[in-house]
Amino acid sequence: MKLKTFLGGIHPPSHKNLSAGKKIEEPPLPKTVCIPLAQHIGAPCEARVEKGQKVKKGEVIADSQAFVSAPIHASISGTVTAVQDYPHPSGKKIKAVIIESDEKDEWFREPKNGQDPLQLSSEELKKKIREAGIVGLGGAAFPTHVKLSPPKEKNIDAIILNGVECEPYLTADHQLMLEKTEAIVKGLQIILRIMGVQKGYIGIEVNKPDALKAMKKATKGLSNIEVVGLKVKYPQGAEKQLIKAILGREVPPPPGLPMDVGAVIQNVGTAYAIYEAVTFGKPLIERIVTVTGRGIKEPKNLRLRIGTLFSEIINYCGGIQGEAGKVLMGGPMMGLAQYTAQVPIIKGTSGILVLSKEELASGESKHCINCGMCVRACPMHLIPSSLGTYCEKDLFEEAEAAHIFNCIECGSCVFVCPANRHLVQMVKYGKSAILAAKKQQQQKK
Amino acid sequence: MIAAVVSLGGLAFVLAIGLGIASKIFAVEIDPKVAAINEILPGANCGGCGYAGCSAFAEALVAGEINPSECKASGSEAIEEMSRILGVSVEQKEKTIATIFCQGATDKCKPKYQYEGIEDCKAALLLGDGYKACPYSCLGFGSCVKACPFKAIKIEPTGLPSIDENRCTGCGSCISQCPQGVIKLVPISKLCYIPCSSKDKGKAVRQACDVGCLACGLCVKKCPEQAITMENNCPVIDPEKCTGCGTCAEKCPRKIIRIQIQK
Repeated sequence: MKLKTFLGGIHPPSHKNLSAGKKIEEPPLPKTVCIPLAQHIGAPCEARVEKGQKVKKGEVIADSQAFVSAPIHASISGTVTAVQDYPHPSGKKIKAVIIESDEKDEWFREPKNGQDPLQLSSEELKKKIREAGIVGLGGAAFPTHVKLSPPKEKNIDAIILNGVECEPYLTADHQLMLEKTEAIVKGLQIILRIMGVQKGYIGIEVNKPDALKAMKKATKGLSNIEVVGLKVKYPQGAEKQLIKAILGREVPPPPGLPMDVGAVIQNVGTAYAIYEAVTFGKPLIERIVTVTGRGIKEPKNLRLRIGTLFSEIINYCGGIQGEAGKVLMGGPMMGLAQYTAQVPIIKGTSGILVLSKEELASGESKHCINCGMCVRACPMHLIPSSLGTYCEKDLFEEAEAAHIFNCIECGSCVFVCPANRHLVQMVKYGKSAILAAKKQQQQKK
Repeated sequence: MIAAVVSLGGLAFVLAIGLGIASKIFAVEIDPKVAAINEILPGANCGGCGYAGCSAFAEALVAGEINPSECKASGSEAIEEMSRILGVSVEQKEKTIATIFCQGATDKCKPKYQYEGIEDCKAALLLGDGYKACPYSCLGFGSCVKACPFKAIKIEPTGLPSIDENRCTGCGSCISQCPQGVIKLVPISKLCYIPCSSKDKGKAVRQACDVGCLACGLCVKKCPEQAITMENNCPVIDPEKCTGCGTCAEKCPRKIIRIQIQK
């Protein structure tokens, strides 16, 4: 049988064997955590605590009035030692709450088995999700309660859980699906209830046969949930590509969203967090992170508190071996390179990748030779070579006409480019320049 | 053959007459003043005056909308010449030149990471506020070089741009393209300035750069003319008040203040 997938894409080597199948471990409590106030897409939070204040695990330390935002909780109990600018994985310095542990690890409100979530109303469930500070754990960190509140006129008929994990090296979602299969399925049932939707899908690439099998077993007898095995291809886990593969629908170009074709996508990790939040009232203070790469001694899958520093985790995994070339947050395709290991784990951190010198792509960037390999690889059916050149030459009107905002910055074009062109950086630069110009124009008006 | 010569020759004659008549009927009147001023203007279309180009500026001049000294790229002789054509008297503005308010060469301002992306300042700035330890530093990829219509800027081996005083006209094209805002116009007769744009306090500057201003405020205190003020941890010298005594430069613990007055 032909496996479901999308058009375009690439086949990077997976390197998942480094950490695949390793049980999720919990390292010792961090002595200090640095919790940035911007961990999601949308309005950053404002600190609700002051220097010197005692906080407990799960206590709200920052929140915002804006709709597109999610509160942030203390991930350990202890004393706030500072609220100050601190390096953030995005590369900028962003205000963070720094908490020194009292090593008691006391809960503010102990999670306990509450009411059966399937008895609660949709609004109550969404309120619980917001209170727990849940955001999309796949990486984009979009506040989940907002994603679960589409406008009334949108007719949603399918919820898709994303267990694809198409980024090379990462195995966090895979391991979670093996260890918390039931909880993830329950999470999906909760989402189905919130949205009032009949049909749920769980999309998993076929390179994870054990996860597929476990999910199929867990959903046996549940006629409204279908587990779909997908072709192994990058970026199969991108929202639009996943919808195309499972439902065969094309999401319209921006500002089009998955909900315009009746679909809502959630990462499996998010579903697990939703289950924990609405069943036990547990806020999002930890997440599963893969620590991997050939630059790290012992790759592991870890359950980490938000705000733990990269350096501490790298030490826990045996430290760096050989000559490290690059430290990334996330996978090698879309991850963000870090210039210091003193950055904290945030809600959107799916992995810490330490690449050795040998694993790094190298080579000088040269002129485009018009080979068209990027065009074939582009899962959004754009012409990356032209987009890159337009942005490089500051021809932003042309770039916009060539649908620059459709680009999902997956990096497939850069992966195949024989001339080593920095296509994604060019597109990112172009997008930011166009948006800045538009903002300026609006201000003039 | 004669038939061909006669017919083509005749055709040419008729068309020539037609063209002659058309050029009289559809003639576009150009003010001779505009043409004369166009001759004088530098013709680089730098846009420093705010008009689309030199000919648009020339038309605005003749229409009396603007004053010849607004052309920042023209020297004093050219402005005098234009004033003579227009029959107006113009107060000469002092010539200013673009100056780089940063000395963080690659060996002075430590790199934060190894940058391997596009060679463009604006694109490089998107990656964690630039690759240099100081977030206010010149990135040295030459967005200003590309912007300069007079080829007055080049990137030195130190990684910083240098400005050719003779070529720079003070049009300000580079300023609009510099994402860090480290280029400013300074009057050429009084080049008194502190070449640093850091808004950080002393400790952070010391960690990042060997030649950054520590915002200690000694220059502000010691200036006998009170010509220096501190704005956002960055001292600013008022060229109007500065007499060029050099007290500040002497007292500066980092010895970075530049005082260069043409007498």
